[in-house]
Amino acid sequence: MNTSLILIVITTALVNNVVLSQFLGICSFLGVSKQIKTSASLGGAVIFVMAISSAVANLLYTFLLEPLHLEYLETIVFILVIATLVQMVEMFLKKVSPAIYQALGIYLPLITTNCAVLGVAITNVQNNYGFAESVAAGIGTAAGYTIAIVLLAGIRERIDESSIPVPFRGAPVVLLSAALMAIAFMGFGSLSL
Amino acid sequence: MNQYLERIYNGIIKENPSIVLMLGMCPTLAVTTSAINGLGMGLSTLAVLVFSNMLISMLRNIIPDQVRLPAYIVIVATLVTIVDLGLQAYVPSLYAALGIYIPLIVVNCIILGRAEAYANKVTPGLAAFDGIGMGAGFTLALTAIGLVRELLGAGTVFSMKILPDVFEPISIFVKAPGAFLVMAVLIAILNAAHISTAANKKTAGCDGCCSACAKSCGTEEKEETKE
Repeated sequence: MNTSLILIVITTALVNNVVLSQFLGICSFLGVSKQIKTSASLGGAVIFVMAISSAVANLLYTFLLEPLHLEYLETIVFILVIATLVQMVEMFLKKVSPAIYQALGIYLPLITTNCAVLGVAITNVQNNYGFAESVAAGIGTAAGYTIAIVLLAGIRERIDESSIPVPFRGAPVVLLSAALMAIAFMGFGSLSL
Repeated sequence: MNQYLERIYNGIIKENPSIVLMLGMCPTLAVTTSAINGLGMGLSTLAVLVFSNMLISMLRNIIPDQVRLPAYIVIVATLVTIVDLGLQAYVPSLYAALGIYIPLIVVNCIILGRAEAYANKVTPGLAAFDGIGMGAGFTLALTAIGLVRELLGAGTVFSMKILPDVFEPISIFVKAPGAFLVMAVLIAILNAAHISTAANKKTAGCDGCCSACAKSCGTEEKEETKE
């Protein structure tokens, strides 16, 4: 049981990296990766939200949608629940822990419609994950996202100081770095888990 | 030019969502492993976009301003569910190929972006044509990127063998890194040709961020109109 949970975390974080092999959350991956510090904070916020939203989505699916045979409503229910949840997490943090809110607060609205959050919820349902497995997948996926965005931010901080052919400045060189990272992450595919 | 045709020209050429505005990057990179997948994804998005634009435009005077985003999300999610079930029933092979990216059309920023920036200000007819134009631009871009990746990565076009056996397919182009690679080269070519895109403007429309799109894009455009 425990080994299978660890397996899910490793698979979702490294082998099926959410950004580099599933292409979810590309927008913030490219948009908010200019500095290591901000991308690490965003990663933290994503881990937080994804763990909670995976848990809530799983409970809703198991105890509301399945008994009522409303599985086809999952897309509508999940996106609304995630959007509301992020708002509530934001308000809760503001009240309870201003320090964490200061660090993560501004990134929370960014996550509301981050496709990775909805993607994890739907993937969990497709894989028939139970509660613990869903949360493990949520944390693993978010950890994979954080690893990818922090690595890219590190590369971009270096790129800023080097001279790049004019047409490749800006987005193209970031996408090229992402391509090289994706090649590196393909190596994890040969892990025999 | 006729204002309806102008919308279609605008969507395909002037403000092409994938290539000029750089919106909806997730599906652009993810499903373009072959031309047919790109075409299927593009058409599904087109269908959702036309109807969401039309419905949102019809309801623009009824939906209160404060709750408009949740209302739009419900409309879009309903339409996506319809497309999802329709594909599952009639085109199961495409449904299997596109998988999770069909429900994820909900968070495609092109759709909420168009709702905020255009559809909630104009008549349903214009909004529908805007949807057709934007959807067609998205479809063409996805199909073209899919074509390049399929040709280089598998030596085929729409699953028909084109390149001779001498050509060894560069399979990395149909794998994940190929998507980033093709997109990087495409934008670099546009940059070299001095074609202005969101990628090379300093004030990118949404800073390439889906989530911020609905909010920041819409407000930015509103501020511009105020000025």
